[in-house]
Amino acid sequence: MTPSDRRYTETHEWVKIEKGLAVVGISDHAQKALGDITFVELPDTDQTVEQDDECGVIESVKAASDIYAPIGGTIVEVNDGLDSTPEIVNEDPYGEGWIFKLANFDKDQFEDLLDAADYEAMNEEEDEE
Amino acid sequence: MSLIFEKSIPGRRGITLPRCDVPVDTAIPANLKRQTTLPLAELSELDVVRHFTELSRRNFGLDSGFYPLGSCTMKYNPKISEKVASLEGFMHLHPFLPQLRHGGLLVQGALEVMHTFEHMLCEVAGMDAFTLHPMAGAHGEMTGMMLIAAYHRDKGNKKHVVLIPDEAHGTNPASAAIAGFVTQSIPTNTQTGMLDIEALEAAINDDTAAIMLTNPNTLGIFNRHIAKVAEIAHRHDALVYYDGANLNAILGQFRPGDAGVDVMHINLHKTFATPHGGGGPGAGPVGVRKHLEPYLPISRIQKRKDNSYTLEYDFPKSIGYIAPFYGNFLVILRACAYCMLLGGDGLRKVSENAVLNANYVMNRLKDVYDLPYDQTCMHECVLSAKRQAANGVHAMDIAKALMDRGFHPPTVYFPLIVKEAMMIEPTECESKETLDRFIDAMREIAALAETDPSKITEAPCSTPVARPDEQLAARQMDFACR
Repeated sequence: MTPSDRRYTETHEWVKIEKGLAVVGISDHAQKALGDITFVELPDTDQTVEQDDECGVIESVKAASDIYAPIGGTIVEVNDGLDSTPEIVNEDPYGEGWIFKLANFDKDQFEDLLDAADYEAMNEEEDEE
Repeated sequence: MSLIFEKSIPGRRGITLPRCDVPVDTAIPANLKRQTTLPLAELSELDVVRHFTELSRRNFGLDSGFYPLGSCTMKYNPKISEKVASLEGFMHLHPFLPQLRHGGLLVQGALEVMHTFEHMLCEVAGMDAFTLHPMAGAHGEMTGMMLIAAYHRDKGNKKHVVLIPDEAHGTNPASAAIAGFVTQSIPTNTQTGMLDIEALEAAINDDTAAIMLTNPNTLGIFNRHIAKVAEIAHRHDALVYYDGANLNAILGQFRPGDAGVDVMHINLHKTFATPHGGGGPGAGPVGVRKHLEPYLPISRIQKRKDNSYTLEYDFPKSIGYIAPFYGNFLVILRACAYCMLLGGDGLRKVSENAVLNANYVMNRLKDVYDLPYDQTCMHECVLSAKRQAANGVHAMDIAKALMDRGFHPPTVYFPLIVKEAMMIEPTECESKETLDRFIDAMREIAALAETDPSKITEAPCSTPVARPDEQLAARQMDFACR
């Protein structure tokens, strides 16, 4: 099930507002498509990113994919645990597998992202193509 | 199977070394001398022969079976090329010879091979000059990108962006980035499977240094708008880099230089049937049109008025040395032999049959596997296991099941723009009988994926290694012997 407490991008990131910060990760659909994840290149903290900026890379046994900032903001925290255990993204993409947190993020951009139902519909449509 | 070190028995010897007839007490200080003997495996000659024969039996190569690894052009390496490359006069040449006084006289044959082959490649590609130095395809790409940088620097252009379609080879953006460019992806038109011209027009501007494309692309589709792409690029004083790794589809049919391509590389270990895989060695010659020739790496082979050959180094605008000596000479020699054996008509037939074989496989499989871009393909076709994935059978499972049936799997999960991709490149070398056996195996697997998916997801059961832990292998690269 796609959690409805957050929003999604067409490039398969999710954003959840938690304690005033925007937490970012990748969706279950994305981790399944990537397969076993071997490495997560985390962004630097204290940098300000614009929406759609590349801010990290996920490598799996199949491919290397960029992570994009779903909304603009300042990266204040990254999930250091992924350095040694990147497989957490496979195991718990919506929880322990979060990737980075944004402060001073753009709330309007957040509101414009896909909700869980729209995101699921998008994936279903893609599968049918 | 145990490692050769695990088979070691202390004191056992395979050979008797001759008595040492030079002084062994050299001036090496005692603290730098090895204190213990080298931990080499100790075995008899027969043990060693059996060990490596067993290893080779577990290997799967082109000489053992069908190897349709898409994008890699795993074609047969004719044994006559090996024979030519093992001629003593070539094999034992010292690379310093051409640089020594009068040494050039002793290497005229080798220089003639390189000179002749450069001209053959110019003819095949429609380019004005080639360097044979790059030692692999990606090395060629980087060389080409350095040439483009040198060209713009020389003209005083401040350009830093390279546009790359998302159906290009994965090495393309990496090579451009290593050469110092910023890369920008251009989407594929989902109808045509080709670079989207409108997207290109929208992305190109005065910052664009080059467009880097692979043609035929990784979908096995030939970009028919290549001349248009070149025209758009040149309007902005951007250059066109053509990844010629898929040249096997177009020999004698199309010459990139004629369409306005400025620089390209060719993989000799693909199109020209030199050995490939397991580290090569490969060769990725780079061809350019006239305006880029001054920047080619040194040395360059010149033919003198008296018909002798020499290496020249005096090219002030050259990007300099990119490889030790002159490239992988024996690979170049094999490729030259291959071209001379086939001749122009033979090379044309290579491509015709490579394309025919790929289309035959595609058309006989497209009713059981999804075909995302349903059109005539070039030398390879891209199917998708999407239909099978609904039953839990993925491209990787199909690949493994093929191994049980005596075939090397196709490339899977590439290109990235196709889900559950299976990229099949039969090459021109295979007979219809072999292709039919492969097609039968693929159809049988598709049928089992419907009726008995576990038979596929549990494959392979006949290979020495079944499913290696790829995640662990990628994360903990530990090659040390226990």
